[in-house]
Amino acid sequence: MAGSLIKSINAEANGVRLWRRRQILPGFGLTLGFTLVYLCLLVLLPLSAAFLKASGLGWEGFIRAVTAPRVVASFGVSVRASAAAAAVNTVLGTIVAWALVRYRFPGKRLLDAMVDLPFALPTSVAGIALAAIYGPHGPVGGPLLRTFGWKVAYTETGIFVALTFISLPFVVRTLQPVMLELDPEYEEAAASLGASRWQSLRRVIGPELVPAALTGFALAFARALGEYGSVVFVAGNMPMKTEIVPLLIITKLEQYDYRGATAVAVTMLVLSFSLLLIINLLQRWSARWITR
Amino acid sequence: MLEARPQPPKAHPAIADPWPLRALLIVVTLVFLLVFLFLPLVTVFSEALAKGLTAYLAVFHDPVAQAAIRLTLMVAAIAVPANLVFGICAAWAISRFAFPGKSLLITLIDLPFAVSPVVSGLIYVLLFGANGWLGPLLAAHHLKIIFAVPGIVLTTIFVTFPFVARELIPVMQAQGSEEEQAALSLGANGWQTFWRITLPKVRWGLIYGVILCNARAMGEFGAVSVVSGHIRGLTNTIPLHVEILYNEYNLVAAFAMASLLALLALLTLAIKAVIEWRLRLGSGSQAASAGALG
Repeated sequence: MAGSLIKSINAEANGVRLWRRRQILPGFGLTLGFTLVYLCLLVLLPLSAAFLKASGLGWEGFIRAVTAPRVVASFGVSVRASAAAAAVNTVLGTIVAWALVRYRFPGKRLLDAMVDLPFALPTSVAGIALAAIYGPHGPVGGPLLRTFGWKVAYTETGIFVALTFISLPFVVRTLQPVMLELDPEYEEAAASLGASRWQSLRRVIGPELVPAALTGFALAFARALGEYGSVVFVAGNMPMKTEIVPLLIITKLEQYDYRGATAVAVTMLVLSFSLLLIINLLQRWSARWITR
Repeated sequence: MLEARPQPPKAHPAIADPWPLRALLIVVTLVFLLVFLFLPLVTVFSEALAKGLTAYLAVFHDPVAQAAIRLTLMVAAIAVPANLVFGICAAWAISRFAFPGKSLLITLIDLPFAVSPVVSGLIYVLLFGANGWLGPLLAAHHLKIIFAVPGIVLTTIFVTFPFVARELIPVMQAQGSEEEQAALSLGANGWQTFWRITLPKVRWGLIYGVILCNARAMGEFGAVSVVSGHIRGLTNTIPLHVEILYNEYNLVAAFAMASLLALLALLTLAIKAVIEWRLRLGSGSQAASAGALG
């Protein structure tokens, strides 16, 4: 009897619109109120300060600030390096996720835990470590320079490498749950119908992974775009050549060009919000894809 | 998100990947992860110890280094509890009630993840800086926020507030509110319900959110770099101090301070692994007891 009573309370709580009815569980006003106040003070107020400052420029001033050659060059550097890093991570991340989910090999558990290292490691720590590794005297940068004449640190390649490190977990962690959910039934059915393993991989498993892979790419791209700490040490930071957008914002701030910095920052915000929207849509699409 | 990692379904050996493919993919995985993950981690410690253990330990006797460590600990000690309270409130409001604008609220909570750290710092400068909105007001009361410790604390709170909420919301949504409603029907008030029913149910997700929040709070660089003013001994956290030492070519000291944060990162990962292991054990026993109750 208690069970059916609770069931009916629950049904009412889930189904009925809210403004007029009493809440069953306590604390609605307190928790929602605190949450909203916290968010307003912490998020909305500072963000509006940014947008208002940018609007103080006026439309022409804003466009002029954002289309200056140095700004455009830095956006080019950031977008190119982030896209390349996200693409490499999507390909290699798919392989890593597959190996971690489907295969057994020594050290798998440890490697699986370590995939989260870029999440947990502070960015400046990663930055100086990467600069040490890929610099002209480092264990990777040195041999590459001596054997092939390739410079890694202080070039766009260095930026690309740093961004690959920082966005590595996104693709792997997005694909792993999807791969875990894959039912071997479909592969077994395909095999029993005569498909080779390669055909199974390409036409049965592949399409299942596409939405998650795209989501992982978008997440990796978004993170890489705004990354600062792990890139500035290995980048070289030369204007027009190896200057990323976050560094440009800081430089403008140091020169007291608040309006210019704000204009660039607002552009980045718009870019980030659009990416966030795309990611949400992708996640909803992949949720539907899986349950179809 | 944290969850008991399920085992993949066992595939029939006949459809397993052919062994050359398996070998190739495993090698690619190992090389990729070793070069991109292990190498940086190992480098931090090898560079820190490059001049021996004595030189390494001597770095921490420097009063400036100690000030940086103290500041980092203080900022985390303020930011993490504040965001813990926020996370619990937000998760309670979102998972237990239905109200219009809920998805907008969830998106707002995810906002700091979409914003570049440098932009996060910039928006606080625009609000509290000398030329900012509230700049004249603060100056009139002799309050300094930007280029002082309060600015660092505020920016750190901004960058880390989603972590606890994001861990708790899916957990609390998945668990449902039947047990809380049962407690209410038996006469418990709101606080009792929360402390004795809800909190024990979500404790692993909560712990994980807190350690992630803490790791990010202690390691935040870009946002704090913008608002701190880099005043030695006063407004430098450990990540900022690492940058200063590195730019002065004091590599051993820079990597020594960095190794503190690297150890914290390893601790965070270890705690995460332990929590996932406990969850896997717990879900087994929960299933057993649920079966017993029918």
